Amino acid sequence: MSTELSNVEELAIKDYKYGFETEIEMETLPKGLNEDIVRKISEKKNEPEWMLEWRLKAFRHWLTLEKQSEPKWANISYPAVDFQDIIYYAAPKKKPELKSLDEVDPELLKTFEKLGISLQEQKRLSGVAVDAVFDSVSVTTTFKEELSKLGIIFCSMSEAVKEHPELVKKYIGSVVPYTDNFYAALNSAVFSDGSFCYIPKGVRCPMELSTYFRINTSGTGQFERTLLIADEGGYVSYLEGCTAPMRDENQLHAAVVELIALDNATIKYSTVQNWYPGDQEGKGGIYNFVTKRGACRGVNSKITWTQVETGSAITWKYPSCILQGDNSIGEFYSVAVTNNFQQADTGTKMIHLGKNTKSTIVSKGISAGKSNNSYRGLVKVHKNAENSRNFTQCDSLLIGDRCGAHTFPYIEVNNQSAKVEHEATTSKIGEDQLFYLRQRGISMEDSINMIVNGYCKDVFRELPMEFAVEAQKLLSISLEGSVG
Amino acid sequence: METIKEKYISDFRKAEENMNGEASTAFHQFRKSAIAKFDELGFPSLKNEDWKYTNISPLFNYEFTKGADLNISKKEVEKYMIKGLDENVIVFVNGIYSEKHSSIKKQQTGIVIESLKNVIKNNAGLILDHIGKIAEIDNGFTALNTAFAGEGAVIFVPDNAAVNGHIHLLNITGEKDRNILTQPRHIIITGKNCNVKIIESYHSTGSEANLVNAVSEIAVGEGSIVEIYRLQQENESSFQINRTHALQSANSTFTHYSVTLGGGIVRNDTNIKLDAENCTGNLYGLYLTEGNQHVDNHTLIDHAKPHCQSNEMYKGVLNDRSKGVFNGKVFVREDAQKTNAYQSNKAILLTDTASIDTKPQLEIFADDVKCSHGAAIGQLDDEAVFYLRSRGIGEEMARTVLIRAFANDIFETIENDAFHEHLNHLVFEKLK
Repeated sequence: MSTELSNVEELAIKDYKYGFETEIEMETLPKGLNEDIVRKISEKKNEPEWMLEWRLKAFRHWLTLEKQSEPKWANISYPAVDFQDIIYYAAPKKKPELKSLDEVDPELLKTFEKLGISLQEQKRLSGVAVDAVFDSVSVTTTFKEELSKLGIIFCSMSEAVKEHPELVKKYIGSVVPYTDNFYAALNSAVFSDGSFCYIPKGVRCPMELSTYFRINTSGTGQFERTLLIADEGGYVSYLEGCTAPMRDENQLHAAVVELIALDNATIKYSTVQNWYPGDQEGKGGIYNFVTKRGACRGVNSKITWTQVETGSAITWKYPSCILQGDNSIGEFYSVAVTNNFQQADTGTKMIHLGKNTKSTIVSKGISAGKSNNSYRGLVKVHKNAENSRNFTQCDSLLIGDRCGAHTFPYIEVNNQSAKVEHEATTSKIGEDQLFYLRQRGISMEDSINMIVNGYCKDVFRELPMEFAVEAQKLLSISLEGSVG
Repeated sequence: METIKEKYISDFRKAEENMNGEASTAFHQFRKSAIAKFDELGFPSLKNEDWKYTNISPLFNYEFTKGADLNISKKEVEKYMIKGLDENVIVFVNGIYSEKHSSIKKQQTGIVIESLKNVIKNNAGLILDHIGKIAEIDNGFTALNTAFAGEGAVIFVPDNAAVNGHIHLLNITGEKDRNILTQPRHIIITGKNCNVKIIESYHSTGSEANLVNAVSEIAVGEGSIVEIYRLQQENESSFQINRTHALQSANSTFTHYSVTLGGGIVRNDTNIKLDAENCTGNLYGLYLTEGNQHVDNHTLIDHAKPHCQSNEMYKGVLNDRSKGVFNGKVFVREDAQKTNAYQSNKAILLTDTASIDTKPQLEIFADDVKCSHGAAIGQLDDEAVFYLRSRGIGEEMARTVLIRAFANDIFETIENDAFHEHLNHLVFEKLK
């Protein structure tokens, strides 16, 4: 506990520590969206015909949706996004075939160093394989060779389209079809890149796989697409971290993540999202409209989502599990922090289809400043989901008297043997707890940090070690200045 | 062909033409604004978030018409009275106030227990300040009820008065081979420091489908204690859309019980607004359903001012192919610091074909609050059943005992023994 507390002062002077721009020559397509842009993106990426066809189908569907305008049901408000005012493709210009890290543009490497995820370091010290997505194109993939010895495919999406078309064709859009929602359709049409991972039968991925997303060029929307498949008996733990430089304009981010777990497979997907949340007046920040969904296709499969959401002006994100296989398990652990004018509408869906399926939802919302934080979740037990079980706990913590905390849990049960429990509480930090810490000579700021960290413990426990430390620090930055 | 919506609007015009002078009164102007609102809103559909789980379209298969003041026997009415309870009874037959069957005890001066029809005629000023002000018109049904407001009960209790006995609003609906529509509008206004207990019960004669579209508005005065017990026992082909709104003044306590045993499609909206400091609002509900019943309970507790507390507990037992819906919203506004709000919803599914959709919802804008909600859905505990069976109690009986124990949490807080016994008996009969 002492390590992160000693850093508080250091953190206090930082507003948004990831706020800088990297000057790298970017190759961008003109602003706007039409069929030509979709074709050009596909062409730039040397995609096969079927991929382009799929993109176009998605684009045409999106056009029909756009007529009805974007979805409005979430508990968030923002000026309408002009989809013609966005650059849909931005790639670092120099993009030779990379064999080793030495060939990577040094400017780019510096960026990652600033982000604290120096590829070199990561590679040498922690044994984390990183696939870094810099704006729209995946720059480099480390540890690829080592992984490929085990038969694990971990590469960028564009590479996968070319080299493993049979897998991509089979699984892409099978969990999140392009008809799913407005942003999924948009993403399917214009997705620039993303990560692809395939864990073969019976293989346990020996290291944590990780991707960093960073939105760099001004006015670009980031549309990455992640596809992760764990074949029978496979295991993988996947980390995703997101940052963006400080900018005035709101940037749009609409990603799609699809997870597929076959028989006895386990997927752990962890996210730390600290995109630029906008300044104290609520100006700027990222719009984060993400569709994440996992399908537990096989028996005894398991998918765990863990997320720490501290950034973005608007977060609209519901990592969900479709529990298809018998005895499959879905878990969702979330900490969502909002400060100043941030808005978060996040939660999960647990769809119980198979017998003896279990799901756990633990959601911790913290709102401060003038922010609004909503939990929106659905637990649905279908007729044939015998003996399914759900436990949901969603707690909200309010700091300051101008913020809002909301919960919208939907529970739909169609099977009598199901057991569904839901608990929610909303409160502020207890005066007695604060007094206890203050009385022992701990400053107000530190006391609050300590209490908040304790409150989030249930979720942080689920994060891989490196992430847990970062998450705790992020939490204190996000709440900076919220205590009067 | 004219749609159902148009039919109601033209019915309104026709009724208007047949009015003698009443069309120019302030009260009728109020009705006219409601029909305009109805024209705008129409009937809610599944696309409407608040009606997502309740499909009212079966309602359009019937042509509901206003019923007649049938001459039913005293015996029939007595069947629905509560034994051993000291009560003032106001009887509505097919929605029409029946003076013959009603009996009101001697009350302190100033207390008004009257039919709405008489109040509109003789004393409209009494209610004009309240009607339509407490229950906002935000859906087609409320608009329709307001547009046709003409029957119902008015209860007015002045400062520091106590009502002698419970007030029982007894609604009996049904006519052979006809589908009856009733739209009762009850208005209850209390002054300072009053104590009122009201029972609202709905029954049907025969098995024809009827539609009851009821709205109750309650203004709870400073320091007053108001309790409302709503008992729904209609036949299983009938529809009931019921809306109850209470507005609380400082230091008041409002308690609402909703017991739903009958009805084909029942939708209850029970909303309270704690509009001053130190109020307590309690909402309790129990629904036992079987066959194809569909019971939807929507509640809203609006904490507008600081230092208030609310408790809410709804329980359901669903059998056969019945469907339950619960939506409990707790709203804590920015200024409502020091709010305590507790909510719980529990349901037991007895069969694989029964289902429940529940959505407890908290919307909180103040930080110094304690709010919690819990929802649990499950089945009867097999071990508990086994425990009882091992002591020689038959399985059927064991289940009944457990369900009654589950339901009893709701009734526990009812002080009046006779009424408590009456409810217990009804539940027992229903479970048989």
